[in-house]
Amino acid sequence: MSGREAFTWQAVVVGENGAIDELERPMPHNDDTRFVPRDHNWHPPAHAPGYKTSVARSPRQALVSLVAPTRSELAGPDFTSLRLGPHDNDLLLNFREDPALAGTAGLPIGERILLFGRVVDQFGKPVPQTLVEMWQANAGGRYRHKKDRYLAPLDPNFGGVGRCLSDADGWYRFRTIKPGPYPWPNDVNSWRPAHIHVSVMGPSISTRLITQMYFEGDPLIPLCPIVNTLRDPEAVATMTGRLDMARSRSMDCLAYRFDLVVRGAVQTYFENQG
Amino acid sequence: MHQPNSRPLADTLLKETASQTAGPYVHIGLALELAGLPPRDEEIGPRLAGDGAKGEHIDLVGRVIDGNGDTVRDALLEAWQADADGEYQCQFDLAAPFNSFGRSAATAENDGEWRFATLKPGAVALADGRRMAPHVNLAIFARGINIQLQTRLYFDDEEAANAACPILNAIESVTRRQTLIATRETREGRPCYRFDIRLQGEGETVFFDF
Repeated sequence: MSGREAFTWQAVVVGENGAIDELERPMPHNDDTRFVPRDHNWHPPAHAPGYKTSVARSPRQALVSLVAPTRSELAGPDFTSLRLGPHDNDLLLNFREDPALAGTAGLPIGERILLFGRVVDQFGKPVPQTLVEMWQANAGGRYRHKKDRYLAPLDPNFGGVGRCLSDADGWYRFRTIKPGPYPWPNDVNSWRPAHIHVSVMGPSISTRLITQMYFEGDPLIPLCPIVNTLRDPEAVATMTGRLDMARSRSMDCLAYRFDLVVRGAVQTYFENQG
Repeated sequence: MHQPNSRPLADTLLKETASQTAGPYVHIGLALELAGLPPRDEEIGPRLAGDGAKGEHIDLVGRVIDGNGDTVRDALLEAWQADADGEYQCQFDLAAPFNSFGRSAATAENDGEWRFATLKPGAVALADGRRMAPHVNLAIFARGINIQLQTRLYFDDEEAANAACPILNAIESVTRRQTLIATRETREGRPCYRFDIRLQGEGETVFFDF
């Protein structure tokens, strides 16, 4: 969303008498809220045969559209009472195989990076206090997951998982290392570009989103069958973290900015009043 | 004064960040113990109802089955449901007796069977006073699923409420409504509802867009 973030928008609602009211957009959890419908031509289709696993895991029937979503869809969990650890968003410090190591004793191998960005809704409004979670491979392209048997070794000082709440202005940040690319069984020689899985809740289960952040300039991006489940090159651009030299730290780490845009909420006060 | 249509919505809206599959290693991020990672102080897990929670304590169990009839062994599920009074407890708090939100996973270790320990939700009222039959919203994430699939679990011992539920009745195919009904069993002396999710083909589960 580079270059497009700085504007405001107010919902325009036509009242019963034809008057137009401009309303602040409130938080959802309210029967009068609706979310901007998901654009299914923008998101990847369920059935994307270039990504082979999707073939047997994609519904053949049409989705049933709830034209009037209910409280069950409009509400969602608030994680401000979830107790987070002091290093939950610092992957340089939050895992050691040897518990005797801590702090700068036993840092993970890899390019040190700051991953940061802002969670906003489709109207550009910050989404504060929302849970952002992430997971990734280590610098060699290996996940600390018992199912990952790639040749590259585990890093004894890297777990690869983080979480935080966005702040009052929607900003989130993680300190980590840049993950490596890795091969995977799809085509004979398919490779995942370096990527970080990012999960965001937003204000409702309707805004729930899991995506992957890629790194600007990676030549593996256009070759990846998972990236290519997307039909619009601009959609790929929304998933590319941008190198931000201004936030990089001299003699320490590079910074990548990755803004997350979740569905926007609008009020529809009058539709239930006949 | 301007007309609502004078500013096309598409020009004023940012595009939502596009979804990508949660992949085969989703557990290291969202269900750490299943990936073999040590849990942090507080994790979002499959137990929605603690001992003190008011209501009938039940388990929800099931498999996710692909278009070949094979059990999916790397899916992550998120549950969202009302409490026994039909109210959502939005403030997630592990110290509270009940949380409306939880996560479970189908993995090789549990033979592809996900499970939530919860309580039977009450009917949820709509703004117009009608009531939805007791239900649990489920979202399914997995390798090969490019954007989460969203469904609802209903209960087979709520026949009258199910027959009157405006959401179930919004599904045009009467036959397909049956794919959302979980079956009551008893397991280890505890009531349990089985709900298999068929991603594709015969008996394909109804998935919602909302």
